[in-house]
Amino acid sequence: MNVIRNTRDVVGQPTPLIDGIEKVLGQAKYTADLPAGDALVGRILRSPFSHARILRIDTEAARALPGVRAVITGADCAFTYGVLPIAMNEYPMARDVTRYRGEPLAAVAAVDEKTAEQALRLIRLEVEELPGYYTAAEARAPDAVLLHANKPGNLEREVHHRFGDVEAGFAAADLVREQVFHCAEIAHAQMELNGALVDYDAARDHLTIWSTTQVPYYVHLMLARCLEMDMSRIRVVKPFVGGGFGARVEVLNFEIVTALLARAAGSKVKMQLSREETFLTHRGRPDTEVRLKLGMTRTGKLTACAAEVVQRGGAYAGYGVVTILYAGALLQGLYQLPAIAYDGYRVYANLPPCGAMRGHGSVDVRFAFEALLDSMAADAGLDPFAVRRANLLHAPTETMNGLRVESYGLDACLDWVERASGWHDRRGKLGTGRGLGMACSHYVSGAAKPIHWTGEPHAVVHLRLDFDGGITLLTGAADIGQGSSTLMAQAAAEVLGVRLDRIRVVAADSMLTPKDNGSYSSRVTFMVGNATIDAARALRAVLVAAAAERLGAPAEDIDCEHETFRAAGSEGPGLSFADAARAALAREGGAITAKGSFTCPVEFQGGKHKGGAVGATMGFSYAAQVVEVAVDLDTGMVAVERVWVAQDCGFAINPLAVEGQMQGAVWMGMGQAVGEETRYERGLAVHSSLLDYRVPTILDSPPIALHIVESIDPNGPFGAKEASEGALAGFLPALTSAIADAIGLRVDTLPVTPDRLLEALAKRQRERRLARALEGAA
Amino acid sequence: MSAARKRVRALRLNNRPVEVLAADNTLLLDTLRETLGQTGTKRGCDGGECGACTVLIDGTPRLACLTRTQECAGHHVETIEGLAENGRMSRLQRAFHERLGAQCGYCTPGMVMAAEGLLRHTPHPDEAEIRAALGGNICRCTGYVKIIEAVQDAAGTGAEAAP
Repeated sequence: MNVIRNTRDVVGQPTPLIDGIEKVLGQAKYTADLPAGDALVGRILRSPFSHARILRIDTEAARALPGVRAVITGADCAFTYGVLPIAMNEYPMARDVTRYRGEPLAAVAAVDEKTAEQALRLIRLEVEELPGYYTAAEARAPDAVLLHANKPGNLEREVHHRFGDVEAGFAAADLVREQVFHCAEIAHAQMELNGALVDYDAARDHLTIWSTTQVPYYVHLMLARCLEMDMSRIRVVKPFVGGGFGARVEVLNFEIVTALLARAAGSKVKMQLSREETFLTHRGRPDTEVRLKLGMTRTGKLTACAAEVVQRGGAYAGYGVVTILYAGALLQGLYQLPAIAYDGYRVYANLPPCGAMRGHGSVDVRFAFEALLDSMAADAGLDPFAVRRANLLHAPTETMNGLRVESYGLDACLDWVERASGWHDRRGKLGTGRGLGMACSHYVSGAAKPIHWTGEPHAVVHLRLDFDGGITLLTGAADIGQGSSTLMAQAAAEVLGVRLDRIRVVAADSMLTPKDNGSYSSRVTFMVGNATIDAARALRAVLVAAAAERLGAPAEDIDCEHETFRAAGSEGPGLSFADAARAALAREGGAITAKGSFTCPVEFQGGKHKGGAVGATMGFSYAAQVVEVAVDLDTGMVAVERVWVAQDCGFAINPLAVEGQMQGAVWMGMGQAVGEETRYERGLAVHSSLLDYRVPTILDSPPIALHIVESIDPNGPFGAKEASEGALAGFLPALTSAIADAIGLRVDTLPVTPDRLLEALAKRQRERRLARALEGAA
Repeated sequence: MSAARKRVRALRLNNRPVEVLAADNTLLLDTLRETLGQTGTKRGCDGGECGACTVLIDGTPRLACLTRTQECAGHHVETIEGLAENGRMSRLQRAFHERLGAQCGYCTPGMVMAAEGLLRHTPHPDEAEIRAALGGNICRCTGYVKIIEAVQDAAGTGAEAAP
C-alpha cells in the first residue's frame, strides 16, 4: 500500500487542519453546543458508597415531582456493557451492588436543571455497605470480599508469558539489577466535559445520539445491546470532540443512561456532566507497580528481562485485559531482548474504572525499563546512548512474542537528540541542580487484530464524485482534534492529483459514513489512511478511463497532476479535472461512489500464545528524547527547562500535525512525570477539579525542539506510521534520568512532586548519615 | 427569591447593544450560551479552573463562569464570535489556525480571547509576557508550544513571523 510518487504536492506538506477555521472562529459545534431546542435536562444520581449491596432505590417522590418526565434506575436496564466482548461486566446504572463512589445509580429527565436536581435529592437509597478496597494489595488480600463473584482474588486477569531462556539470560549477564517502580493513577483531563444529546423519536422508535466519543461504532453496538434496539433504528453522530486521549475509546455509562432516559421520556434529553463527574467517569491510566529485573553484559547488551506488573484497575473490566497484556507485550519491539518473563496482574478495586490512555499499557512499564537501564548503564560506566545502541533492532524482524517490525528509525532518533541537546558536552557538566536525561519509547500503529472480529476490513472509506466536481470523502473515523480528517483529505488529494480543497470530509455519522472502529491505539493514520488511498485509486481509475477515452490515449499512460489529466509525454493542454469528471459521470451513469478498504494481513496479527494479539501491529513508531531539568533542593521543585525529541513516524503526511502530536505527547508525559495523580480518600475522589488535578499550565511548560525521522514503512500509507503516542512514555524515564544527573538521586515513584522529592532527599541524607556512623563505628 | 427574579440587563456584546433577561445570580457564561446562543465560549470546568470561557470585558480578559451577567450591564463584552472581520479570521485567529495553535479546539476560544486581551495593551509581547497572560488557560493537546508560536506570529515577534 506504500504509495511513492515523484511529486508530493499535498502529502508531506505542513497543512493547517481542514476543520481548523471553525475552531478559531468559535463556530465549531461540540456536543454541548448543539441546538437542543426544548430538550429535557438529564441528571445522574451517583453512588455515595464505595461498595454496597443495593436493597432498595425509592424513586416515588422524584417521579411525583412536577416537571419530572422520567426516572430510571438499574432496574431499567438488565444488560451489561463493555468494550471487550469477553469482559462486559458493567451496568449503565448499578444493579444489586454498587462498586465505586460516583457510579450511576439512577437518572432523571426533567424540564429544567433545577427540577432535575431537586428530583435527585428525593431519591432514597437503602443499602448494606460492604468493605471497600482502595489498593491492589487490599483487594488481593485472602479474606477480601469479591467485587465480582466470578473473579477470585479480585483478579480481573493474570498473564504469565515466557519467551526465551530467562534463567540462562540472567546467568550470562555481567550485571543484574532488580527494582520496584510505582506510578500513580492519572486521568486524561480532556478539556471538553463529557456529555450527550439523545433524540428519541417515539413515533418511529428511532434514536439519534450526539456524543463526546472517539468510538461512534462501539457506542452504536452498546446502545443496541442495552436498549434492545435493532441497530438500524439507531444513529450515532460524533460532532466536534474536545480531546480524548483514550478517555472516550469505549462507550461510557452516561451515553447509555442518556439514551435510556430519552426513550423513557419519549423525548430529547441533554446530559451535560460537570468536571467532577467527568473525572468520576475516569478510564485513565491505572496505578501501577512494576517489579523489574534486567540482565546486561559489560558492553551494555541486554540478556534477559523479568517483569511483574500489578495494575489497580478499578471496579469494572473496561479495557483492563488489554491494558495488562500491552504492559507485557510492549516490553518488546523497542530493543533486542533475548529472553523475557512477564507476570501481569490486573486487580479490581472500589474505585472508578481505569481504561485506555495515550500509550495504553506501555507507559509505566517503559518508565521502569528505561529508568533501570539508565541506572545500570551508570553502574557499568556506559553512556546511556551507547547502551541503547548496543540493543537496537534491525528491521525487518520479528520479536520473540510475534511482533513484526518492518521499519525502525530509532537509531536516527538517537543520533538527532544526542546532537541537538549537546549531550556529550553538557551531560554531567551543568552544575549541581541541573541535569540532562534521555530515554526511548515506541508505540503501535493500531492493533492488527480488532477487538470485535466481524470478518470485515479494518477500515473502509467512500469517495463520492458528482456534477459539481467536488469530492466527498465519507469516513467513520472520529477526528478528535488529532487531524485525521485533514490527513485523509491529503491522502485522497495526493492520489487523485487534485487540490486539497476539492476534498470535503464527512466523518462519523452512522447514517452516512462507513463504519470505522474508532480513534484509538493510533490506528487511524495507518488503517484509514491506507483505505483512503485504496478508495482514491479506485476513483482515479474511473477518471483516468474517462480521460483516456477523451484524450485518445491508453489509460495506463494517463496521469493526473495539478488537476490536469495528460498522456505521458504529451505536450498538449490535457484534460481539466472538471472535464474528466463530466466525462466520467456520463460514462458511469451519473454520480460515482468509489470504495476503498484496508485489512491487516493475518501474519501481522500477533503470536499464537494466549493474548498474543495484543501488541501486534503493522508498524511501530519510535522515539528518543533528552530532557533538561533544574531541581530546587530547597523546595523540591523540578522545573523542566527544555526537551529535545525525535520520532520515527514513518512518513509525515502532515508534518504540522505530527509536530503538534509529538509536542502534545511529550508534554502529557511531563504532566504524569512531575505532577498529575488522582487521589481518593476511602474511595472519595478528592482530585476531581482542574485545580486539584494539576495538569501543567503554559507557565510550567518547556520549549520542545523536535525532529521527524522518516523510515518509510513498507506498509504504511505513503510510508506513514503513528505519531501521537510513541513519544509520551520516554519522557518519564528521561526526567528521572535528568534528576539523577542533576542531584545524583534516582527516583522510582511518579509523579515527582516536591514533597516526594524532598522526602527522597531526606531519606538519602538519613542513609548517608547512617552509613557514616557505621563506618565510624567500624 | 430576589436572586431568581429576572431583570433586563443592557450591555454591549461584540459591539452591538443587547438586552437580556437575567436573574441577579445568572452567570455570563449561561447568558451567552443558553440565552443568546453564542456557544463559542466554552465551559470546561465547574468554575474558574480552566479558562475555556475567557471573554473580554471592556478589553480585559475575564472568566464568564465567574462573572454575573448583571455586572456586565453597561459594559462591553467581547467573545470569540466578535473577533472575526466580516466572517474572516482576524490576524490572531489566522495565526492560531495556520500554526496549529488549536488541535481539538475546545480551549481555543478562551485562549484566543486571553491572547487578544494581551495584544491590545502589549502589541509586541515577549515570550514571558505571553506565558503570563495565558497562565490561566489550560490546553490539553498542544503542550502550548504552537500556541506561543501563534501569538508571536500574530504579534510579528516570532522567529519566523509572517511579513
